[in-house]
Amino acid sequence: MNGYGFTFCAARLVALPSGALYWPEFGCLVVSDLHLGRSERYARRGGVLLPPYETAETLARLRRDVQQTDPGVMVCLGDSFDDTEAVPDASGLRAIIGDLATNRRWIWIKGNHDPRPPISIGESAREWHLGPLVFRHEARKGDDASGEVSGHFHPKMRLAGQWRSCFLVDERRIIMPAYGRYTGGMACDRPPLRDLVQPDAIAVLTGPRAYPVPLLRAVPARRPS
Amino acid sequence: MMTLPPKFQKWFAARGWRIHPHQQELLDCSSAPATLLIAPTGGGKTLAGFLPSLVELADGKHGGLHTLYISPLKALAADIRRNLARPIAEMGLPVRVEDRTGDTPQSRRRRQRADPPHILLTTPESLALLVSYPDASRIFAGLSRVIVDEIHALAESKRGDQLMLALARLGSLAPGMRRVGLSATVDDPQAIAAFLARHPQSCRIVRADPGPRPDIAMLTTAAPPPWAGGGGRHAIPEVLQAIRAHRTTLIFHNTRAQAELFFRDLWLANEDGLPIAIHHGSLSREARERVEAAMAEGKLRAVVCTGSLDLGIDWGDVDLVIQIGAPKNIKRLVQRIGRAGHRYNAPSRALLVPANQWEVIECQAALQAVLENDLDGEERGPGGLDVLCQHILITACAGPFDADHLYAEIRTAGPYANLARADFDACLEFCATGGYALRAYDRWQRLIRRDGLWQLRDPRAARDIRMNIGTITESEMVRVRWQNRLGGQPLGEIEESFAATLAPGDTFLIGGQIVRHVGLREMVLEVAPAPGREPRIAVYSGTKFATSTQLSDRILRLLNDCPETLPEHAARWVALQARRSRLPRPGRLLVETFPVEGRPHVCVYGFMGRNAQQTLGLLLTKRMEELGLDPLGFVAADHATLIWGLNEVSDPAQLFDPDALRDGLEGWLIGNAVMKRTFRSVALVAGLIARNHAGARKSGRQATFSSDILYDTLCRYDPDHLLLRITRDEAMRGLVDFARIETRLAAIGNRIDHVALDRVSPFAAPLLLEHGRVPVHGAGRERVLAETAARLMAQAGLD
Repeated sequence: MNGYGFTFCAARLVALPSGALYWPEFGCLVVSDLHLGRSERYARRGGVLLPPYETAETLARLRRDVQQTDPGVMVCLGDSFDDTEAVPDASGLRAIIGDLATNRRWIWIKGNHDPRPPISIGESAREWHLGPLVFRHEARKGDDASGEVSGHFHPKMRLAGQWRSCFLVDERRIIMPAYGRYTGGMACDRPPLRDLVQPDAIAVLTGPRAYPVPLLRAVPARRPS
Repeated sequence: MMTLPPKFQKWFAARGWRIHPHQQELLDCSSAPATLLIAPTGGGKTLAGFLPSLVELADGKHGGLHTLYISPLKALAADIRRNLARPIAEMGLPVRVEDRTGDTPQSRRRRQRADPPHILLTTPESLALLVSYPDASRIFAGLSRVIVDEIHALAESKRGDQLMLALARLGSLAPGMRRVGLSATVDDPQAIAAFLARHPQSCRIVRADPGPRPDIAMLTTAAPPPWAGGGGRHAIPEVLQAIRAHRTTLIFHNTRAQAELFFRDLWLANEDGLPIAIHHGSLSREARERVEAAMAEGKLRAVVCTGSLDLGIDWGDVDLVIQIGAPKNIKRLVQRIGRAGHRYNAPSRALLVPANQWEVIECQAALQAVLENDLDGEERGPGGLDVLCQHILITACAGPFDADHLYAEIRTAGPYANLARADFDACLEFCATGGYALRAYDRWQRLIRRDGLWQLRDPRAARDIRMNIGTITESEMVRVRWQNRLGGQPLGEIEESFAATLAPGDTFLIGGQIVRHVGLREMVLEVAPAPGREPRIAVYSGTKFATSTQLSDRILRLLNDCPETLPEHAARWVALQARRSRLPRPGRLLVETFPVEGRPHVCVYGFMGRNAQQTLGLLLTKRMEELGLDPLGFVAADHATLIWGLNEVSDPAQLFDPDALRDGLEGWLIGNAVMKRTFRSVALVAGLIARNHAGARKSGRQATFSSDILYDTLCRYDPDHLLLRITRDEAMRGLVDFARIETRLAAIGNRIDHVALDRVSPFAAPLLLEHGRVPVHGAGRERVLAETAARLMAQAGLD
């Protein structure tokens, strides 16, 4: 799977190059910030008409990860839907998710974009506990965050002249990359992201393979070599 | 012949002037629907354009807007306003003149819409904005004349397309409107005339006396120029001497960064304290206006500047133009020379200062070209469809429209005279629904048809559309100002990509001052003075010059046929190239390989001009990728392409196999960085992505995402989409098609001269500092990324 395996709060986890997190012991697959229906929300607001393919593309990638790992429980860490009013029925979203959710538990964590998940498949929660880990949308400031897995910030990092979205991992918390196609990112060496994790955190870059990098050594490159 | 009214005759006589024949001719044909005047700079071109308007307005009977003047530069509009003020005041004409640009305060712009002046001076973008208002028909109802200044420059870009579309609209709003184009010397006046006139009407061409030959020479310097890069700082003693020997000197640089560095060093050496200023497009309006005013009053001995002072601004007493760095385009060179010696009959005087050794050779070739009147030019293609998309949205902002009427109106614009209905319909469809194969936005169309007329579904969208008017898509700019406790005054702008590399505490040059990055607040960079600190060099790059194939051919001939005509240190440098490597020869292809900082480089001397060399870079890196040579990137100049990668190229001949080059070319071209860069510009102009949103931009959190993602998505799911079609057409124009390269390579056959060197050769050195590096996203970059990550983990003890 080209993933990066690591131990976090006594849990053996794998950061997949796609941006999903897999926990073999519990058969648990986690993704964050799918932002399904983003192009439709832009259109509804009277703005630009983006290519309307990102929802299908994001779900196709999710399907590949689900097929590879066959998880017993699927956790979506919030902002799964860009906008609760703009769920495009036409693109068959319900059917696709219904299909993916067959024979497994599906948990929608509530995010700022989707305080009430707009479809009736699966269950939803503000936060959810499994073993030593707790899943919520946005990292809680302060030091009581042991075993926290969150999303929201869309971390990314520039290395060797290339921007990649990335996981941030320290002793107590994991901040996941955005899985959705039309999502920007926030540089992980700048506040507030930098201040949410310990200086000895590592970033796991996504792409063709997952690459771990120490957070603070990876100063943005001045110029591609 | 039309005689001037007595008031005008008296004014001319009082100043000891006689009307120029071409000024008279323009008066005589002032009722013609379209006239193109071709005159050298300093030939009284502007007055020729305005004289008929002033005569028509002299009786004070015209109410509202009479003449619209459009120039490519804000500075030009302000300058013309000053120049017109004088005759109007001295003749006591009842004429109100105002300018309107992006710099004009909001309150004045509002008043101008309610109560337009007789003469309005503006830019294509500001005009497009005016046309987008529902009251455009009222503003322009009485419009009689439009003067397009420096039309040859506008015709070179999409800005010209946008302007002609706006004029097509004005032609409908004010049917009696006449057009006048003012142009510097061009090689094909007919093409400019067809561009200007309302199609299918004809356009009269008036030619002024071209004036005496320019007096133009290369500045000889005691110190030889460096091998590569450099902003001409080796020439500072001689430049200062030249400034002393003339009344007013303009010193042109090719980039803003070079202008800043040169200005700083010029002042360090300026022991006499000569009044010398700096002027470029990144400086704040206040700073630019101060310099312009001082210049107009004759208080300055020299101005260090970039293209922002280009294009024939009439600032009296300039008697010397110095060009630092080789002008890549001969036309531009002639124009700059035109600025010196404004007395129409005095020869223009210019000095060229090549900034590095290679440029000495380019300069010499350019000088010959000027003397032989061998002006190069490229044929202009049809009007851009991305510009058309923007125009359709602008039209919708002004009110509901009928598609058939709009199509007919657009076809009256020269660049769109041959627009096919199918292309128009595709653009309209894109504006309305996005034009996607998957029809996802039926409920949320941007434009809808009601009672047969197209209009905005949500009228509030007009605000976003207006905020994104324009066709200049260079990188986004970040404003720079003093930090609040220092007063917060604006200093200028730097490119966002440069700002992104600056951390608090970093120093850089702007407006001739060294400043320190204090903080970034909502796209405004706050700085504090940092005198005495070494600045990090600003990389903001100014306008990129068009390239010239003819010049490359000239250079090759110069090197082979008469190197002895070069200045002595340049001739020695050419001899060094011959000794260390080889000289490029006509009919053969020189390929050098050498390491730079341990990384293998290949330099291919095709002498085909930048566009073709760029295409060659794409082709060769594709072949290298297939051969497992892991190329990382390339950069193209007029004479050569430099490629670097992870593995050494031991047998360059295998790269040039025509069949292998062609294989899989399609896929490679689609994925390359040049294509993505073109797509970004097309998507911005056509309105698929927005530069500016009505809501303020948040700092830190990046709300937007890369246009590359949209490009990849479209390529995969909707390969026939309109914007991909426009991107392909446009990239191909800029890239030179494969067939031409293939022919050239076939002619060379196996006459490839490979020289393996242990270090960079003299001729390849300038390429190391060339702008416009193109990354190759292949196995090589992935490998570098993996190795960097592994190294950092090891250093941190985490592997």
